[in-house]
Amino acid sequence: MLEIEKINVSYGDLQILWDISFNVEEKEIVGLIGPNGAGKTTTLRTITGLLRPFAGRIQFEGVPMEKVPIHKRVELGISLIPEGRGLFPGMSTLENLELGAFTSKGRTCKDKTLEQVYELFPILKNRKKQSAGTMSGGEQQMLAIGRGLMSKPKLLLFDEPSWGLSPLLSKLIYEVIGQINHSGVTILLIEQNVRIALELANRAYVVENGRIVKQGDCRNMFDDQHIREAYLGTQSA
Amino acid sequence: MNLQVWAQSFIFGIFVGGLYGLAAVGLSLVFGVMKMLNVAHGELLMLGGYATFCFFSFYHIDPFLSLLPSAFILFLIGMGLYKGLFSPLAKLHEEVKIKNSLLIGFGLSLIFHNLAIQLWTADEKSVSVLYSGWGFSLFGLRFPFIRFAGLLLATIVIFALHQFLTKTYFGKAIRATTENWESASLMGINIEKTSMVSFGLGAALAAMAGTIVSVGYAIYPAMGLGWTLKALIVVVLAGLGNIGGAFVAGVLLGAVESVSTLVVGPYMQVVGLMIFLLVLELRPQGLFGKSMG
Repeated sequence: MLEIEKINVSYGDLQILWDISFNVEEKEIVGLIGPNGAGKTTTLRTITGLLRPFAGRIQFEGVPMEKVPIHKRVELGISLIPEGRGLFPGMSTLENLELGAFTSKGRTCKDKTLEQVYELFPILKNRKKQSAGTMSGGEQQMLAIGRGLMSKPKLLLFDEPSWGLSPLLSKLIYEVIGQINHSGVTILLIEQNVRIALELANRAYVVENGRIVKQGDCRNMFDDQHIREAYLGTQSA
Repeated sequence: MNLQVWAQSFIFGIFVGGLYGLAAVGLSLVFGVMKMLNVAHGELLMLGGYATFCFFSFYHIDPFLSLLPSAFILFLIGMGLYKGLFSPLAKLHEEVKIKNSLLIGFGLSLIFHNLAIQLWTADEKSVSVLYSGWGFSLFGLRFPFIRFAGLLLATIVIFALHQFLTKTYFGKAIRATTENWESASLMGINIEKTSMVSFGLGAALAAMAGTIVSVGYAIYPAMGLGWTLKALIVVVLAGLGNIGGAFVAGVLLGAVESVSTLVVGPYMQVVGLMIFLLVLELRPQGLFGKSMG
């Protein structure tokens, strides 16, 4: 579904990503894990079009993305739930959700999707009129996910969905991500909480210093000595 | 000095203040969406005034009727200016962007100022309609019809803008872009198009203010900078991106200036700037703005 081939991305003179290649198949949950500053967020931003690679190719459902601007990629079915949620804080919950359905695809089935989002997060229905900036961290994350769903994405990108949340809320959010995946949406996620990510995802890639250093099934990752020591904080048995 | 003089000054101040508000919302809209300061905003207002003047003197169209065509012409000019001059700045870093937008704005204001002198001479012009002298009196206070109509019109336009921004999808897209352009683009909003239309709208709002100025007051090529300054003061008073607040702040500034004329005479311009500095110092988020975390 998504094929990334040797992309290189830089901020000015500073190169962040070096020959990153990976792919995501339909209906999968794929995790990108790695330390802070490794280039995970940069990778997601490049997929959405917020950043452009100076070399390499990105294909979504067989369509090359080089010439496709950000807003058209949303229409094609790529949606990002950004780091720090990126809500419109001065606007109401409902307005945030409506804006999620800005594309023509999203707008045609807006009311139906809205019902589905409310089913997933009933609290958002009670907070319709409240401005997004005044809600709690957990509610904001629910709103960000709901807003991301409003465009009817085929591929949903999550940047640290458990950021700033209590373990209990993180668990809830991860259950929802599982449900979203069950409903047929492909998921690519970044997570600092490597354990929770590996438990949910089918496959994972480890990004370090802007390069992919490891890849494989999540089950095998738990047994990998490097991952155990660097990310899970457990000694190998 | 009796109470009646004070009250009359206050009322005239409110009339002119409505125009300050109208001039300011356009500037505020453009700054909000693009994070660029268009210092040629006053010149766009001037062009709007001259457009109305031309409609009136060549085609004898009533200024209140030519309001919309004048606004439409400036809407197109505004979109053209954005596409040709401001759009290349959009991708720049915030601080570089605002500096460059200032340079372009000052250049534009010089060009429009001199263009207006070439086309219409440096003399003051005014649109004198048959009903110029009409008005009514209430409690011994004079309410000239055209200024009253101007204030009413400014109120209606700002109300319509508010409805557009809060009730339509495109209006919401404009507000979303103001709050967080990156997230807005991730919603599928075309930032370039939104910016272009917002710039056009800003110019159209300036033109409508210019039309009302041309009827109740006078227009001349050098008027632009003064209006840009007034709009800027009002925007700072209200807090950025606060449409309703800009209108109230405009009326407030107009009233304060007008009444202070009675006390400080020709130095009333200074009063506005003093308020500007005080607000910046004591309440940088504006009188009606939310504090920025």
